[in-house]
Amino acid sequence: MLAYLIRRLFAAAVMLVVIIMVVFGIFFLVPKWAGVDIASSFVGKQADPAAVEAVRQKLGLSDPIYSQVWEFFKGIFTGRTYSGGGDVTHCSAPCFGYSFRSEQAIWPVLTDRFPVTLALALGAALLWLLFGLAAGVLSALKRGSLWDRGAMVVALAGVSLPVYFTGMIALAVFAFGLDWLDAQYVPLADSFTGWFGGLILPWITLAFLYAAMYARITRATMLEILGEDYIRTARAKGLREPVVIRKHAMRSTLTPILTMLGMDLGALIGGAILTESTFNLPGLGQAVLNAIKTQDLPVILGVTLITSLAVLIANLVVDVLYAVIDPRVRLA
Amino acid sequence: MTELSKSGAAVGEPTAASPAPSAFLEVRDLKVHFPTDDGLVKSVDGLTFQLEKGKTLGIVGESGSGKSVTSLGIMGLHTAGQYGKRKAQISGEIWLDGTELLSADPDHVRKLRGRQMAMIFQDPLSALHPYYTIGQQIVEAYRIHHDVDKKTAKRRAVEMLDRVGIPQPDKRVDNYPHEFSGGMRQRAMIAMSLVNNPELLIADEPTTALDVTVQAQILDLIRDLQKEFGSAVIIITHDLGVVAELADDLLVMYGGRCVERGPAEKVFYEPRHPYTWGLLGSMPRLDRDQQERLIPVKGSPPSLINVPSGCAFNPRCPYADVPKDNVTRTVRPELAEVGSKHWAACHMSQEQRERIWTEEIAPKL
Amino acid sequence: MTTQRTSGRRKQALAAAAVVAALLTTAACGGGDSDGDGGGSKNGAAGFDAANNKVAQADLAKKGGTLRFGGAQDADSWDTTRGYYGFMWNFSRYYSRQLVTNAAEPGKAGAGVTPDLATGLAKVSDDGKTYTYTLRDGITWEDGKPITSKDIKYGIERVWAQDVLSGGPTYLKEVLDPKGEYPGPYKDKSKDKLGLKAIETPDDKTIVFKLPKANSDFEEMLALTSASPVRQDKDTKSKYGLHPFSSGPYKFHSYNPGKDLTLVRNTEWKQESDPVRKAYPDKITVQFFSDANQLDQRLLSGDLDLDINQTGMSPQGRTTALKEHKANLDNPVSGYIRYAVFPQSVKPFDNIECRKAVILGADHVSLQTARGGPVAGGEIGTNMLPPSVPGAEGQKYDPYKIAGENKKGNVAEAKKALEACGKPNGFKTTIAVRNNKPVEVATAQSLQASLKKIGITAEIDQYDGSQTAGIIGSPSNVKKKNYGIIIMGWGPDFPSVQGYGLPLWDSDYILESGNNNYALIKDKEIDGLFDKYVDTLDDAGKQQIATDINHKVMEGAYYLPFVFEKFVNWRSSRLANVYTSDGYSGMYDFVNLGLKSSK
Repeated sequence: MLAYLIRRLFAAAVMLVVIIMVVFGIFFLVPKWAGVDIASSFVGKQADPAAVEAVRQKLGLSDPIYSQVWEFFKGIFTGRTYSGGGDVTHCSAPCFGYSFRSEQAIWPVLTDRFPVTLALALGAALLWLLFGLAAGVLSALKRGSLWDRGAMVVALAGVSLPVYFTGMIALAVFAFGLDWLDAQYVPLADSFTGWFGGLILPWITLAFLYAAMYARITRATMLEILGEDYIRTARAKGLREPVVIRKHAMRSTLTPILTMLGMDLGALIGGAILTESTFNLPGLGQAVLNAIKTQDLPVILGVTLITSLAVLIANLVVDVLYAVIDPRVRLA
Repeated sequence: MTELSKSGAAVGEPTAASPAPSAFLEVRDLKVHFPTDDGLVKSVDGLTFQLEKGKTLGIVGESGSGKSVTSLGIMGLHTAGQYGKRKAQISGEIWLDGTELLSADPDHVRKLRGRQMAMIFQDPLSALHPYYTIGQQIVEAYRIHHDVDKKTAKRRAVEMLDRVGIPQPDKRVDNYPHEFSGGMRQRAMIAMSLVNNPELLIADEPTTALDVTVQAQILDLIRDLQKEFGSAVIIITHDLGVVAELADDLLVMYGGRCVERGPAEKVFYEPRHPYTWGLLGSMPRLDRDQQERLIPVKGSPPSLINVPSGCAFNPRCPYADVPKDNVTRTVRPELAEVGSKHWAACHMSQEQRERIWTEEIAPKL
Repeated sequence: MTTQRTSGRRKQALAAAAVVAALLTTAACGGGDSDGDGGGSKNGAAGFDAANNKVAQADLAKKGGTLRFGGAQDADSWDTTRGYYGFMWNFSRYYSRQLVTNAAEPGKAGAGVTPDLATGLAKVSDDGKTYTYTLRDGITWEDGKPITSKDIKYGIERVWAQDVLSGGPTYLKEVLDPKGEYPGPYKDKSKDKLGLKAIETPDDKTIVFKLPKANSDFEEMLALTSASPVRQDKDTKSKYGLHPFSSGPYKFHSYNPGKDLTLVRNTEWKQESDPVRKAYPDKITVQFFSDANQLDQRLLSGDLDLDINQTGMSPQGRTTALKEHKANLDNPVSGYIRYAVFPQSVKPFDNIECRKAVILGADHVSLQTARGGPVAGGEIGTNMLPPSVPGAEGQKYDPYKIAGENKKGNVAEAKKALEACGKPNGFKTTIAVRNNKPVEVATAQSLQASLKKIGITAEIDQYDGSQTAGIIGSPSNVKKKNYGIIIMGWGPDFPSVQGYGLPLWDSDYILESGNNNYALIKDKEIDGLFDKYVDTLDDAGKQQIATDINHKVMEGAYYLPFVFEKFVNWRSSRLANVYTSDGYSGMYDFVNLGLKSSK
């Protein structure tokens, strides 16, 4: 188990380095090939050549690519100082770059916004696991019943409807129509009820989509597992049916669900853009959306990296959990 | 929809009110039908047999002949896992040690499962839960029926593993199924089945998934354990060779019904049904040459929804035209006694069959 | 990047979305007022266009309360030197003052310049090269220290530090130091960092500007936000925009870029020292949204008072608002002209007749519809000078009868022009359009359709809209890509022909990159008119020159104007003393907005 863990950790570290290099390449090399001047996109309407040159210097854009990557790497551990035009900007470690658009170091932006996204993703995950699994298992056990058909129709709706659509309806009905909620994000530190009230609609909206997906997968997996030989063995032992379901069938059903959960959580941390934008949550997704609008490359780069990191960590956790659940994996 | 028409069993002809039999296990006119969208699948359609303690019954037939469903029916597992599907229909009687199981309280039957009757499955890899250690699974099986702590149960598991010939059982008990070889897994499976000293052991194709050398070891093990525990054993197989040395009685199934039944040596040396001949012909024998020895039964098993009229075997039977008036295609033959405790269901006359067997079939085998 | 898993059913869902849109919008109206008839009521909305070029409900404004802005986009920078967005210039008056500023008046009068920190408008020398101002008494920074002439000089000097403080307008630098001799305050070797020779500060109350060459718009330039004072000890250089030090009635309380901004009263600011700002509310909040529809929802529901971006509501919200809350809307002219321009470097647009053919052949009504129609898009544009700029004639000047008999396109005339151009059978060309502006893509398609009727085959090339400067701003690239027609839009930095047209039409402004003179106009007469303009100090003369320049440009047939752009802007029923100002391109004058209730 320990060897397995070390192996996975090492693989994750290697992946992260590769990701940094690839992302860096995409953001700084591709524009170069496309003949787009990054520096001039940082400067305003009246592009002053001196200003463009200064930005280029500050960002080290005229340096060879390997030294740019190296500076970036080094910055993560030692911090970085950008200077040009008589102005010195220090970006303390861990420095994930500096946005000359909003004049902020990226790391504080990320740490400021990450909890919002994390709260959104985890809260929604809790909801969708609860409802998705329950609905899926019930549907499987009562296959063909009215409940099953009803649940699967709702699930189909949930999977098909885009989140901005359900989100808009939720907002229109509960926040603007019935006026039950403020639908305004409030930091947890300010007020728990405000925080909860601001997140409950996004949670439900997001959970609706995923619960639907999870219900369908759970149902299908459960039905498949119930046909397995070892379930028959469990029954042949004289186990009561509820124990068969709980102890034998559920554990196997959880494996694919867990894999999905890992990927979905990881992806959500960087990709809840639609939800965050629909509910105006100040999370990473919104940051990256704003950054795309304003061509703020360092922010996009930072969010991409932190997202990759989140996906990696989520997958690592899943891998470990997977190994806990399925002993066969530990050998792999 | 269900057509529980004339019983296929010629012997006993028991009615529902019939008294408890003297045999340890007696199955009377067992029918297991599965309603599907395409029609009623008559997996078992009138099966009758008896089995005494300490004896071994071999049920032989192709896949789809109803042999596995029979065993599930006895265990009360024929409807298990059929969530939302239309329930299987079962009728007839299954008497186990004086109790009729089909009319008994399902929870009572559940308590018998694993305790009084246990089962060994074909593929031990898929029949063992991949996420639990061998020990955990044996312990679970034991503790369902014995109110003991885990420690005691584990000691029992180690003991059983030792008994079935697993080396270092105290270590292997904590291994997972995937860490065992195929033969070891089947031994573990057997250990799990026998952990509660069941009086009836049903082995469903216990060696099919194993390689040849291991097969013999497993069969030896089953025989030894049977002697030791004195259980009644049903071995279900498509391979006559498996039961050749093990079984006291043989029951040949075709299309959900019994076509021949009798003491093993009778069925082997004086088979009185063309299907049994076919099975014997397709049996691998070590003393024969590769080319000669496998004479498979031509054609494919019958549909269990539209069983051929007359003798179910007639489309594949080389002798279907021996009896006159096309009777093989119109009238279903009943089991008839062809010797002491030996029954077969065939329209051909005794003499015809004896002649064909001795003159045409036996010499080739 | 999203993980929203959608199947082929997305289309269905979108269709369903359209159906439910009705439900959405009616539900969304719960919080708003229901007086949609356009009548002005005391507590309700002032009425449709009630604040367009006039003051609505001035007497209802009370001191106090929180004024709530929302926006789909944050400012480029809140640093007075670096901001270039129109709404930033407007909003910056809350926390920054200048020597002179736009008059706090509705409509045209708002484009006029009025004293702010200065006691009066400049005393200009006869040669128009020396501007002298005296500062008012009682003007203070947010820490209570007085604002001095040196602070103003330092603030203006920051414009020279383009390498650190990029982004803002550089007019002052070009006028005061056309040769670029001053290195900027951060590289200034002098002790007090006030080495710019063109500005003198004989004492703390007096400031003198010495222009190497006269410019009649100089005072307009001093009214720009980039001429705001900045105190040297509070200058955080590139980070100044995160927390500018206030000289106005409000100061920064908190700012999270892209999220929110809160201003609170600057208690050191004294009403009697400020003739411009009324400073009614106690607090001003701005919340940023990444989804414009969300912003509109909150405006409609009454959660927010107005859009800080002032670029009009998005189509969905606009439709609802026009139907149910018309009294909350104004429909001002934005100052922008939307147009197509023909680079002369791309054949056959070197020939004026071919350019005329496109202008004559285009279906102007269809182009207007593509822009959003007469209300949301604006009136059909007939020339290239925005109606808010002095000297403009609006639709009265229509040399190609664009809004008249040719408005549906004149095929016969266009074909005649083609013949004169030597291309009787038409030609092939490419229309370049930004891919991030759906409305512009729609106009390109409309133009493509009408050009087909006169035999001109136009291909549409949608380029990365964020790379405008490098793609259509590079004449060599334009030529290489054969961009015969470029779809663009332009608005004045300050309301004068110089503030609008100089970069577009003066040959000196043709640049290798970041070029805005897309037509590559090299007309000695136009250049001459601009030169004459900067020397002309009387308003009548300036206006005449503006009119002349406009005529010259139109006669050259370099442009096909689409619309004199209009917006549909929302004002909540809580607002009082609301008016649009030409000084800020038809936006509401933020600094004097008040609330009807102090809650």
